[in-house]
Amino acid sequence: MKLDAKIPLGPLTSKWDKHKTAIRLVNPSNKRKYEIIVVGTGLAGASAAASLAELGYNVKSFCIQDSPRRAHSVAAQGGINAAKNYQNDGDSVYRLFYDTIKGGDFRSREANVHRLAEVSVNIIDQCVAQGVPFAREYSGYLTNRSFGGAQVSRTFYARGQTGQQLLLGAYQALMRQVGLGQVTLFPRMEMLELVVVNGHAKGIVVRDMVTGAISSHSADAVVLATGGYGNTYYLSTYGRGSNATAIWRAYKKGALFANPCFTQIHPTCIPVSGDYQSKLTLMSESLRNDGRVWVPKKKGDKRSPAEIPEDDRDYYLERKYPSYGNLAPRDISSRAAKQVCDEGRGVGETGLGVYLDFSDAIKRLGRSNIEERYGNLFDMYHEITHEDAYQTPMRIFPAIHYMMGGLWVDYNLMSNLPGLYVIGEANFSDHGANRLGASALMQGLADGYFVLPYTIGDYLATQKPGSRPKPDAGEFKQAEQETNDRVEKLLAVHGKKTVTEFHKQLGRILWEHCGMARTEKSLKEALALIPPLREEFWKNVNVPGEGEELNQSLERAGRVADYLELAELIVYDALMRDESCGCHFREEHQTPDGECQRNDEQYAYVAAWEFTGVGKTPILNKEPLVYEEVHLAQRSYK
Amino acid sequence: MNMLLRLLTSSLGKKFLMAVTGAGLFLFVIGHLLGNLQIFLGPEAVNRYGHFLQTTPEILWPARVGLLAFVIIHIWTSISLTLENRAARAARYDVKEVVAATLASRTMIWSGLIIVAFVAFHLAHYTLLIVHPEFRDLHDANGWHDIYRMMVLGFSNYWVSGFYVLGIGLLSIHLSHGASAMFQSLGLKNEAYTCAIDGFARVAAVIIFLGYISIPLAVLAGVVK
Amino acid sequence: MNVKLRVWRQRDAGTPGRFETYEAKDINPNMSFLEMLDVVNEDLTRRGREPITFDHDCREGICGMCSCVINGEPHGPENKVATCQTYMRSFRDGETITVEPFRARAFPLIKDLIVNRSAFDRVIQAGGFVSVSTGSAPDGNAILVPKQNADLAMDAAACIGCGACVAACKNASAMLFVAAKVSHLNLLPQGRPEKEKRVLAMVQQMDEEGFGACTVTGSCEAVCPKGISLNFIAKMNRDYFGALLGVGGKKANTLTGA
Repeated sequence: MKLDAKIPLGPLTSKWDKHKTAIRLVNPSNKRKYEIIVVGTGLAGASAAASLAELGYNVKSFCIQDSPRRAHSVAAQGGINAAKNYQNDGDSVYRLFYDTIKGGDFRSREANVHRLAEVSVNIIDQCVAQGVPFAREYSGYLTNRSFGGAQVSRTFYARGQTGQQLLLGAYQALMRQVGLGQVTLFPRMEMLELVVVNGHAKGIVVRDMVTGAISSHSADAVVLATGGYGNTYYLSTYGRGSNATAIWRAYKKGALFANPCFTQIHPTCIPVSGDYQSKLTLMSESLRNDGRVWVPKKKGDKRSPAEIPEDDRDYYLERKYPSYGNLAPRDISSRAAKQVCDEGRGVGETGLGVYLDFSDAIKRLGRSNIEERYGNLFDMYHEITHEDAYQTPMRIFPAIHYMMGGLWVDYNLMSNLPGLYVIGEANFSDHGANRLGASALMQGLADGYFVLPYTIGDYLATQKPGSRPKPDAGEFKQAEQETNDRVEKLLAVHGKKTVTEFHKQLGRILWEHCGMARTEKSLKEALALIPPLREEFWKNVNVPGEGEELNQSLERAGRVADYLELAELIVYDALMRDESCGCHFREEHQTPDGECQRNDEQYAYVAAWEFTGVGKTPILNKEPLVYEEVHLAQRSYK
Repeated sequence: MNMLLRLLTSSLGKKFLMAVTGAGLFLFVIGHLLGNLQIFLGPEAVNRYGHFLQTTPEILWPARVGLLAFVIIHIWTSISLTLENRAARAARYDVKEVVAATLASRTMIWSGLIIVAFVAFHLAHYTLLIVHPEFRDLHDANGWHDIYRMMVLGFSNYWVSGFYVLGIGLLSIHLSHGASAMFQSLGLKNEAYTCAIDGFARVAAVIIFLGYISIPLAVLAGVVK
Repeated sequence: MNVKLRVWRQRDAGTPGRFETYEAKDINPNMSFLEMLDVVNEDLTRRGREPITFDHDCREGICGMCSCVINGEPHGPENKVATCQTYMRSFRDGETITVEPFRARAFPLIKDLIVNRSAFDRVIQAGGFVSVSTGSAPDGNAILVPKQNADLAMDAAACIGCGACVAACKNASAMLFVAAKVSHLNLLPQGRPEKEKRVLAMVQQMDEEGFGACTVTGSCEAVCPKGISLNFIAKMNRDYFGALLGVGGKKANTLTGA
């Protein structure tokens, strides 16, 4: 397949401006004749649905939660980046652009990233106007904090609940449009199928999670904003409901899946404590602003942290990366933690943990200042571990946190299926092989508020108003039938193993073979392990209850069935990408000091995979990454 | 919707009316207490006070009408809100732990209704003189209605005093919550004043209790005779 | 540790519910309450029985999806946490734990421990927003917000919309939830132009949804996982009567100022 990213011509800095003026428009009186489906109500979905409705489109908004306000964007803690340069510390759109490209280890699309940096400033303005209570100086001006991977302070925040506050802003905008009748809300509805008519995405099939009823909704365009697929790994910082089903079903209908193996592992999570654990909890990366990461110098040092004198401590991030220190990017910090734990210097009962120590910061700034900055995080840590981080260092360990990969989209955020737009974490576009902290919120809102509302018109202008198919068209009936069949098939297995058992097993395979470090051998092993597990699932899974009722086991079973397919694609991609870049660390390819060794000659492309059938090798399509502005360099944070 | 309609139909509007009338009744309770305590100054003082009120209809009747209106609004809003509140919790919990809520705050409707019964008896006893029509003929040396005598005679009955103390007790419990909640309903509470207002309500309730019961106790103890 | 669970089971709103008893054995005290339910559910599934249905998502106390009244207290015995952050170490070994759904007329039951809280969404739809369309905002620093106001607004905005306030209130009142949103926006200069309209509309919707009134018992504040203060209710009352009586408000919509 020939991939056309539709990147506008011209100098990088004026591409977006030029594109906006060249793009097709839909006139205001025609907008109300179009219907747009938006699936997902996180930052990207809610902001898109609200903004599209404000323009006059009729929007149908779907989410699996009981309210749009609960989408997992709500859990983002640290902040949102914007190139405002309010701190006068030399920030600029270019710097944010460059930091993001470099942070992504030169595996993202230049033009997209530059646009992201450009609109970052508008996002802050928009959110402030909505009433997002960002942190302020006493003068009333906005304040900033610094974040990993940057040498300027450009992160705006609302205590440790920035994601929540930004989401509530978008949610409120969405609720306003619901009140005005411009958006129809469908909570507790799960998209189970994308409907493609004559090659164009024209609707979805959903299951009402309360009654079990399967129904079709048609539209002129479909927007997927369903987030990432990190729960494939079972244990992650994702919400328990977050899943890959929407994008996976779109993939199986012909949408390309790009860079599926780019998995971000967040360095500062609370370590796993037992087998019963259902999810991992993140401690905001902003903690690394004032906390110092260390482990004992000696192997197997079982003394309590207070008993370990300064000389016996290894502040390994500060030692290895003197200029960025504790603020080294996520992938590097995570791997460094893994390394010291592999060396047997990990702390805590399991030995899988490192200290994040605030005693210096408390001495320097006083406890009240630390409380003001991170109070809620310290409280959360205390709730979970029953330890007081003001007294003793936190224990942290990396965990699956974000997926840079996702459905392939062009510059307009449209997938290769016309009419199917993919925004937020669900697409692959802006973060390359590693995402910088405080950039996910930025991307979600950029896509939803400031990109999609422009670019969707370019497609809709080619679709005659009123030409969308009726939801009882043949394609819809067929998709409904497929959905029903799958539900019935799951319920009919009556096996012995629970859905969770399969999910845990799959997660373990992925974490061990395709986690923080990967080798050809480990990946091939994974490829041998996943298909039998998938087969066993369909023969031996036990899904109690019925289809026509609220059935959480059935919901999970459908999602895990998809993970069992998706996991294989993740591994295929990781095996194919025979280089190290960002989060994708192939042990075969490292510099002498253990950093990623990229292979730009062979792998400077987006790997966009095409579905060929379950268990069959997918087709690899390549979108070459052409850098007009940036010079590809070995990433260094020393 | 206009202002009056909102005031009469919205939950906040009704709470507002309840708080305003509650505040008025609270002030009456204080004023009435100050009047009654004159019994400790001797028959002349309290009888003069009574005579003044009885011979000044331009004060007495507006006050009576106003009080009655306040009582009616206070009771109407409380019953109306209670019915709505009951309806809002259709199904009950099997296990219900009381969190933070004081007994007084949870039983306002009951303390209120019993106070109504108490007040009805109290009025029949001392104002309408239905219980003891003979009190009408008590006069002191000045020819004024001998309120002092009436109170002493009335409270000499243990049953009357007992019911009085009980009524005042419930009133005080009612006010220990109501006198602070009214500030909340009127929107007059904030972080700075919350503690002071809550404290004020409790102290006021105790003072009212002690102040009122001091009269029957003094009569029964023979201090006032 | 071992505990006995008495869990409310109800197929749907139309079918009568009842308590069922389950044993949770060999529970690690460091499990969260929901992880304990996961373990019980796994066991039920293996034994061919239908697992307990309950709402949950983020499991870190911020999404507001989890609910449950545990031993008579919404979100369980610990203060300022949601059910998902309640750990088994808060219970005694051998204890019988009663688990019920949130009960309120405005939160109709869906199944077992799951209730429908969309009434909250409708209250927000009535006015819980600033009417600013995308693209029309001035520079972020063009609107100065005194730090005290920003902090206070953030205190109110921390509400996660879980509904524990309603569940705990003897009147099933939603005042704390509504007050938190009204206060969040009314405290900020961005929210001022719609201040009166917002509070009137949201309170009206709150009443229409069938929530009860406030008796100032303080239960809501005590169970709130985010510790939202009762003072916001006073503030909402102030805003409401301000709007009603036209004091302090900008009633400039007519020439006479009425």
